[in-house]
Order: sequence, then structure tokens, then C-alpha cells
Amino acid sequence: MRIEADRDRCEGLGMCEAMAPDFFEVGDDGRVVVHEEHPDEEHRQDLTAAVDACPVLALKLRD
Amino acid sequence: MTLVVVGASLAGLRAVESARRVGYDGRIVLIGAEEQLPYDRPPLSKAFLDPDGPASVEPFRSETELREDLGVELMLGAPADGLDTEVREVSVSGTMVRYEALVLATGATARRFPGSDGCAGVHTLRTAQDAAAVRAGLDRGARTVVIGAGFIGSEVASAARKRGLPVTVVETLDLPLVRSVGRQVGSVCADLHRAAGTDLRLSTQVMRLEAADGVVTGVRLSTGEVLPADLVVAGTGVYPATRWLEGSGVPLHERDRGVVCDATLSTGLSGVYAAGDVAHVVNPLFDDESMRLEHWTNAAEQGAAAARHALDPAAARPLAAVPYFWSDWYGHRIQFVGTSRAEEVVVAVPAEAGFTALYRRGDRIVGALTVDRPREIMKYRRRIAARGSWAEAVAFAATTGAVA
Repeated sequence: MRIEADRDRCEGLGMCEAMAPDFFEVGDDGRVVVHEEHPDEEHRQDLTAAVDACPVLALKLRD
Repeated sequence: MTLVVVGASLAGLRAVESARRVGYDGRIVLIGAEEQLPYDRPPLSKAFLDPDGPASVEPFRSETELREDLGVELMLGAPADGLDTEVREVSVSGTMVRYEALVLATGATARRFPGSDGCAGVHTLRTAQDAAAVRAGLDRGARTVVIGAGFIGSEVASAARKRGLPVTVVETLDLPLVRSVGRQVGSVCADLHRAAGTDLRLSTQVMRLEAADGVVTGVRLSTGEVLPADLVVAGTGVYPATRWLEGSGVPLHERDRGVVCDATLSTGLSGVYAAGDVAHVVNPLFDDESMRLEHWTNAAEQGAAAARHALDPAAARPLAAVPYFWSDWYGHRIQFVGTSRAEEVVVAVPAEAGFTALYRRGDRIVGALTVDRPREIMKYRRRIAARGSWAEAVAFAATTGAVA
């Protein structure tokens, strides 16, 4: 599983950080920083919640 | 089995998507008042108003994706106009649609300024059509008056100033947004307007519209002054779109007629759940306060949950979300998490270095508002979700104060 973050689309609204703080954070430039691009399968639920919660649809999970 | 979702905006779309995600393979009917496929509303008062903004509103999903990939029957272009909860039927312009599970997600309708009907140049901003009309006015270089210093109105003012156009915001109260964020924050919001060159008229009412040949020419204020205007945008709030539910047995709120739900989004009627702007929902995280929120994240989350619960009521669980909204003013980002119904509001970081206000109930932090501090807002949200201590939140804020 791989996290894909479109940093051009990202507006730094931070919902991903709210849903899965171990994996996402709003960085110094006001856009998402992905802490772990290849997370373990056990985190799928939180990561899916983060992807769904993004108001600008900037996140994807790829298998 | 048929799942009927009434309302084809974000909450309705997420209802449909989550039904398929949990493996429901029965019939789904999505009913929407607007012709358009479900689309995203926050950009309508932001990027869409830019001179180089998108020419049209992109739907979240194509018609093929909705019909074929998600297997949804679309009934768009006419609103649901009746509900019979005995025989379990929704009516849409004379067509009856049977349901076993029902999600009410009809959202809210913008309040029009009295006298706007038939007066060109006067708009609200809720739909793609509204946004196109407002943008066309800005494209013509309109002198703009915004009625109401709320979030939508302030974003319109921001769009006008970005183009260098003159804009006046007229607000009845003595500070913007006092009811939603309190006085200290309202005062910071007033400063944002003034710093950007917006003419902010507080404690002032628009008495009526002035028009010539059916086209607006200005607004008459309670001070007697007439402000010339080619574009007037009313940002004076919304009301839940529930007239079609009157007399149906669905419980409606005595004040605004929104749908009254418990913490699982249930209306109390078998199989009938509600989501998004239309719904008053009990929130266990904030002393079981019933909240009706007009926020993107709220619509997305409740829409998904309402469909799951409607399809499998035995598995319904209370939601306990921390409300979140954001607004973009003159290049500044305002973000709010939690609730502003608080016993105390403390300005933790002064406006010179961004701005942070924290909201306290008892010994808990229940809300936080920041301006231009996007790295911090979700740290507060987590504290609020965990019923975190006030003292610790204030101490955290103190560590963030030095640098903007």
C-alpha cells in the first residue's frame, strides 16, 4: 500500500492530519508532509478515513 | 431493498459511495434538485470567483461513474416534494419512489434579501449558478455591496478586493461573526476587512434595494445613505431545505425546521436518517449539544455514516466529531475547530503573529480558531477530540506564539 499526495492540489486544510496524525502533517509551507509513504496494511482504516476527509481530494491510496 | 438518498450534494454523494463500500448491492436512487451532477461547493466562493478561475464547475464524479461504477439511478433536476413514512415513499414531481432505507440530505437554501426577486444584479451564493452570476458581475468590474459580514459574504468581498474593485460589507451587528466566534475574534475579522481596503459598515442595516428598470443601482442603509452598487450579494444565512418534509412525521426543529436527529443520525422513524446541513445532530463530545453545522467535513462524514446506519440500523453508532471549517479572506486562512459555545475565550497568540483563540468549557478546551497558523490547528483538534485539558492547550499555545 502506498500513499499518494498531490502537493499541487493540497491546500493544507489538515483533515488528513486529524484522521491519521502518524502519517500526515501540515508542513512549514502549509502543505501536507507524508511521514510514511508505505504504511502497513493494519493502518488501512485510518488512512482511508484520511483520504475521504480531504476537502480538495489530494490524497490517494494505491495497492 | 432500495436505498433512497434525497439531496445530491456532498452528503448525498458520500452516502451513495459508502453504501457501495460496505458491500450493499441493492438498488440506490439519488434525488437532486439541481440539474448538475454532485459538485463541490467551497470553491464557489473562493477560486471560482477569481478572474482566472475555472470556467465551469467540475462534478465530483462523472455520470458514467455514478450510473455504471456505483450503480446509482439518478433523478436530477427536480426536488423531492413529499414523503410518506407510512407507505415509505418519496415523491418527486408526481413520481413515487419506494424505499426501505432513506437518507435525508437536502441541505439548506440561501436566504434571499427581501425585494430581490426580479431585480437583476442581486444574488445569494450557494449554487454553481449563483457563483457564475456573481463572477460575471465581478468580471464587469461591479461596485459591490455585500449584505452580512459572515463567511460567505467575506469571501465575496475578498474576491472583489483581489480584483481591486470597491466593495462595502454591511453588517447589522457591531462586529462581524460575533455569534459564531465571539467578540475578540470578531474584532480580528473586522481588522482583516479594513486592512484589505473593504469598507466595513457595522451596526448598519440595509433597508432596501434601489433599482432602475429591474436592475439594482444601490442599497439604502439605515443611516439614510444610499450606496451605489452594480452587484449586491446577500450573505445572510441559510435555512434547512425541509419544506417538503412538513407533516411527514419527520421531526423538525422548532426554530429553523432542520431535521432533528440523535447521535446516530436517526430521525426516530424506521430506516430514516439525515446528514449534512439539514440535520441537527446530538454530539456526545460536547455535552450532548444538538448541532446543525454547515461544514464540508460534517456533510462528508455524516453522509457516509447515515447510509451505513440506514442500511444496518443495528450497527449504528453515535458520531462524536469535532466540527471544522475554514475560510479564506484576503490571502489569510481562518480555521476553526470545535465549538465556540464556551465559558471563556482566550487570545493565545496575538494578531501580529498570526492569531490563535482558544475556547474553554469547565477545565476542557472545546474550540480553537487560528488565522494563518495551518500547522497548529489540527493539534488543537486532537486535544478537543480527546477531551483534553484547558491548561495543557494553553501551555501548548504558548510554545507556538513566538513565530508567525
